[in-house]
Amino acid sequence: MRRFVPVLTVLAAILALWYAACVPMNIHSTVNLARVHGFEAMPEGRRARAEMGALQLAAMNPEAVPFVWSEEKPRLPAPHQVAGELWGAVTDFAPTDKRSLVFHAWATLSATLLGFAIGTGLGVLLAVGIVHNRAMDMSVMPWAIASQTIPILAIAPMVIVVLASVGLTGLLPKALISAYLSFFPVVVGMVKGLRSPDAMQLDLLRTYNASDTETFFKLRLPAAMPYLFASLKVGAAASLVGTIVGELPSGGGEGIGARLLAGSYYGQTIQIWAALFMAAIVAAGFVGLIGWVQGRTLHRMGLAR
Amino acid sequence: MSQVPVIKAENVDLTFETNDGPVHALKGVDLDIGKGEFVSFIGPSGCGKTTFLRCIAALETPTGGTLTVNGLTPDGARKARAYGYVFQAAGLYPWRTIGGNIRLPLEIMGYSKSDQAERVKNVLQLVDLDGFEKKYPWQLSGGMQQRASIARALAFDADILLMDEPFGALDEIVRDRLNEELLGLWARTGKTIGFVTHSIPEAVYLSTKIVVMSPRPGRITDVIESPLPAERPLDIRDSAAFIEVAHRVREGLRAGHGDAV
Repeated sequence: MRRFVPVLTVLAAILALWYAACVPMNIHSTVNLARVHGFEAMPEGRRARAEMGALQLAAMNPEAVPFVWSEEKPRLPAPHQVAGELWGAVTDFAPTDKRSLVFHAWATLSATLLGFAIGTGLGVLLAVGIVHNRAMDMSVMPWAIASQTIPILAIAPMVIVVLASVGLTGLLPKALISAYLSFFPVVVGMVKGLRSPDAMQLDLLRTYNASDTETFFKLRLPAAMPYLFASLKVGAAASLVGTIVGELPSGGGEGIGARLLAGSYYGQTIQIWAALFMAAIVAAGFVGLIGWVQGRTLHRMGLAR
Repeated sequence: MSQVPVIKAENVDLTFETNDGPVHALKGVDLDIGKGEFVSFIGPSGCGKTTFLRCIAALETPTGGTLTVNGLTPDGARKARAYGYVFQAAGLYPWRTIGGNIRLPLEIMGYSKSDQAERVKNVLQLVDLDGFEKKYPWQLSGGMQQRASIARALAFDADILLMDEPFGALDEIVRDRLNEELLGLWARTGKTIGFVTHSIPEAVYLSTKIVVMSPRPGRITDVIESPLPAERPLDIRDSAAFIEVAHRVREGLRAGHGDAV
């Protein structure tokens, strides 16, 4: 119980803040709908109300305040509305139904897993190259950094369109964008990890006349493991973002990104928030899974005490 | 020492090029080390004692003179796995057990699985660490870790053991004990030992030959053949002969300092 008290305190604070924020965010539209809700809007006239501050308007229309938490298309949906939408979208339909959020979450997760695998593989290979080859050491890192400075939102549609024109659609284009974002932290972490053995440990293997391959597998790779897992967690989160961004231009397709886009087309803010939370849950699960594998691996290596 | 020297240095020079100009780490080093000798290198920091040991191990390459190990070049001797090297820090792999750490050189050198197990058992006994094979390094004290690292250097059949201030980071009580054990180990294995230290009592207590070095440039100022008997209990350090040798070492160190200033 002791462990949960701080967690629950923070959670309660966030919820309280969220509910409070709904008042200024939604009060204008709620007062505009005064007739529907059955009270008189103060002051008369939309123009006059639009020019007023949110808190002032709320003070003048106290009977409007309860309705800010139950608007159909609020600017900021209340937590219970998001939770209700999320619950409904998960439980009301079969997981294979296109209206089910589980269906979309799986579409995103599968592309993310593929992209993460590609990105991690690529990242590890690049790191091995950088550590063992001087030319790669001098040349790859600037390109890797440059690749991450390009806004992914700008190139994702191009990648999708170009790949679609050569007949590649579905999972792979999304996975490639996901890989594009996730390889970078793996490269950085792995290079650092593979270089973490100090001069003495390398000298020791030299006195055994060990080959580069033996040095790699017996020293560099195990020494890099803690670094690799730290990078994998960052890469996992990045790969999910990559997939969602890759789903945005696919227009009415599958995935959390498509769902976000549809929500914003139709002003369905509650649906957007529910999709966002689904993305967060998937990401948390994914990162948690990596953390579990990390714990097991490092424990078996005797590195976790 | 009438037989062919195991390690032979003739006029060995080593100059490091740095931004502030060349640094003479070693200059005109001449030294013969015979089979089964226990040779200590002593001197203030910067005198090149560690550098010379690293030259023998082919971890540094002299820029002048000739240096042979077992009649080979140092690099040839390294490739022939002629020596075991013990560093200042134990440097055990944290992800390997003590047994796993000792197996590391054996795996690389291609010993069979059963031979590996046998050797690990033997050297653990040799350094008095039986029963610790399955423990991880962090479960051992500093002195025990250093003993494990000595076991690692003894596990394969190298007849030279090079030790670079192996007990430098340990407290004096542990150091005394390990010194005594090291002498016993040397007597049992008959290895040729090169031992870098900055402790006069340690050098005198352990060695058959003490090489006194001084800095700028790093060079040998005195080579002392120890008159002490092979059998050396710890209290030999209170004997007149011991004190005399220690005095000569101290004189050598002072002389080296004198002409450097």
